[in-house]
Amino acid sequence: MTNGEIRTSDGELLSVKLKKVESRKRTGALILVLPLLLFIIITYIFPIIQMLQRSVDNTQMNDLLNNTYQVIQNWDGSDFPPEEVVKTFYNDLKYLSENKLHGKIAVRLNYEKGGFSSLIKKTVRKLDSFDTNGNYLQQFKEIHKRWADQEYWLALKRATVPYHGRKYLASFDFKQDFDGSIVRIEEKKRINVTLWLRTIYVALGVTLCCLILAYPIAHLLSVLPTRYSNLLMICVLLPFWTSLLVRTSSWMVLLQTQGVLNDFLVFLGIVADENRLELMYNMTGTFIAMTQILLPFMVLPLYSVMKTISPSLMRAATSMGATPFHAFRKIYFPLTYAGISAGSILVFVLAIGYYITPALVGGAKGTLISNRIAYHMQSTLDWSYATAMATILLVGVLVVYYVYNRVVGIDNMRLG
Amino acid sequence: MNEKKSDFVKFEQVDKSYDGKELVVKGLDLDISEGEFLTLLGPSGSGKTTTLMMLAGFETPTNGEIYFDGRPINNIPPHKRGIGMVFQNYALFPHLSVFENLAFPLKVRKIDKAEIEERINRTLKMVSLTGFENRMPAQLSGGQQQRVAVARALVFDPKLVLMDEPLGALDKNLRESMQYELKHIHESLGVTVVYVTHDQGEALTMSNRIAVFNDGKVQQLSGPNELYETPVNSFVASFIGENNTFTGTVTEIASGSAKIQTDSGDTIFANPIAVNSSGDKSRISLRPERVSIDPNEQLENQFTSVIREIIYHGDHTRVRVNLLGNDEFILKVPNASSDLDFNVGDNLDLGWSSHDCRALDY
Repeated sequence: MTNGEIRTSDGELLSVKLKKVESRKRTGALILVLPLLLFIIITYIFPIIQMLQRSVDNTQMNDLLNNTYQVIQNWDGSDFPPEEVVKTFYNDLKYLSENKLHGKIAVRLNYEKGGFSSLIKKTVRKLDSFDTNGNYLQQFKEIHKRWADQEYWLALKRATVPYHGRKYLASFDFKQDFDGSIVRIEEKKRINVTLWLRTIYVALGVTLCCLILAYPIAHLLSVLPTRYSNLLMICVLLPFWTSLLVRTSSWMVLLQTQGVLNDFLVFLGIVADENRLELMYNMTGTFIAMTQILLPFMVLPLYSVMKTISPSLMRAATSMGATPFHAFRKIYFPLTYAGISAGSILVFVLAIGYYITPALVGGAKGTLISNRIAYHMQSTLDWSYATAMATILLVGVLVVYYVYNRVVGIDNMRLG
Repeated sequence: MNEKKSDFVKFEQVDKSYDGKELVVKGLDLDISEGEFLTLLGPSGSGKTTTLMMLAGFETPTNGEIYFDGRPINNIPPHKRGIGMVFQNYALFPHLSVFENLAFPLKVRKIDKAEIEERINRTLKMVSLTGFENRMPAQLSGGQQQRVAVARALVFDPKLVLMDEPLGALDKNLRESMQYELKHIHESLGVTVVYVTHDQGEALTMSNRIAVFNDGKVQQLSGPNELYETPVNSFVASFIGENNTFTGTVTEIASGSAKIQTDSGDTIFANPIAVNSSGDKSRISLRPERVSIDPNEQLENQFTSVIREIIYHGDHTRVRVNLLGNDEFILKVPNASSDLDFNVGDNLDLGWSSHDCRALDY
């Protein structure tokens, strides 16, 4: 025994030995979780990194027009680009047309400024008749009058940078003007902000509806004898076992103007036949269907918290003279905060990215940001736009989780 | 000084059924006098907790009427009864501090702040928890939580406090010291307490009177020593304290003594409590400590037994013998008399007086 070091019976240093023994245990645990870890990395982490990258990525354009990019950076954007820049651009363009690659930049440049696509195509056709001895800018202007418009050159400069955040600006209806300042786009084109606000509004509304509907059900589940509560639990979980598409479609059957619900209301005489309610292809439809679909996510965390509240607490409160309502407000309700917050965050996060239901029953007035993302993925094929919006959504959700974790603590979330 | 009411709480022909098939409480008549510590004692399922819950207002009697301080209370909801209650698992509000827990019944009564503080201090002092005001219930030990629960039931000065097995979750030593503490609190406040337990020791230590419940009925209602010394039927005899029994048939009966032939064919002289005529079947009850070993004097009942087992219990030794065909006959031998030298298989002469041996119902 020297220096107070503690050794195990076989003479090894205790701290070393402990680490050795513990690490063996850790390795074992790691091997068990390895398959899932790999699965998550491949199917989740990797795609998300890809998505983040794609939202700011412009390397394809940058590669194709690399020489132009090198020189056009030196142009300050005033007047027209110097001869050297135009000459390099000419050389790049010639190379691209010889390798049949100019189509790609035509499409990409067209995002930047309308009319660019046809401009490039026409220019490429006339490249062979160029006088390579000088005055490239003048010759460009002669091929097409758009080259005499300074904005096209500025667009070219902006389109060749390797990374940019323009899609993020566009996601909030902003754009970078030709002088570099950030401005809002024209009023009639402003759609994204409306969609973001609507998405948040719907997500909050659905969360509130779910809470109001789920609270009594969860309470009933927690106080009923097991026999009945199991049956009720099956009813709550039943939606989980049905395909989302089937459920949404059945809401369409129920909610449409000539649908079951309207027929019933007309039959009861509540609604006149000629003023049937518009329950679908608007916010009402989105609200009703999403609330129904997301309800279990509110019921389960509430139930798991309520189950732990002893019924004797309410009895104790009433025995001390509190009316049942007072006892509920001061004792029962505060004890369910953990369940309320867990359920709310689950429903809110799911609702904010909901896609199928608003797509099917929402119509134009009920579409949400997720539908917009899908539109850019599938129709305009502007993937960087779509991924930029998806990234904003992701960051928003992470912020909500962060706040939740700080305020409530993520370990308070229980589902069963 | 006001006269103490002998029927401060009155149960009148109260029946209770949960499922419409079985009665949990059957025709209960019970008077509880003011300032009394009354214990409802019985095995689980005997109806004692149901009785307490009906008094608190959490269960409604199926039939009959309960009076509290002269008023019928069947239709008064629990929060208007003004009865304090201590629950089995304390039922402290986990999200409120000790102070807030105690302030709850006072705030409900709209008592002003200074008075609330004063009353809470007084009550916490009574249960020796001064200085714990800001603790949360989870930060307290079982015994401390229990004291808070008691304090909370007393802080609003109810005339009646109900306790539903409040000491059940505590360990043995703590339970015993809490028993004395509760008894002293009761004595100093003069509040009426109705206490439910299945622990006979607890009941005997604390109560003024004990109501022994079985099968939905009160079997015997009397003071602790009466209950132990003079049980009126076999259930009470076997439920309270240790008890040796023989079964047999009465062959002769006179005032103060009955001659009973046991199933083994021997004759015992017993004190007839619940037998009336010869030919009656009877269960004879005899407390272990009433049996003399190697009796010097002449006793009515004298037999020889065979030792089966000797169990050392610290302050006393328990000897199991075979006597008159009963293989479970227990003797308690104080360890002070260490001159007795037993071995399993030895014969032992035993004797007891007919008065201590009670012939009860079969």
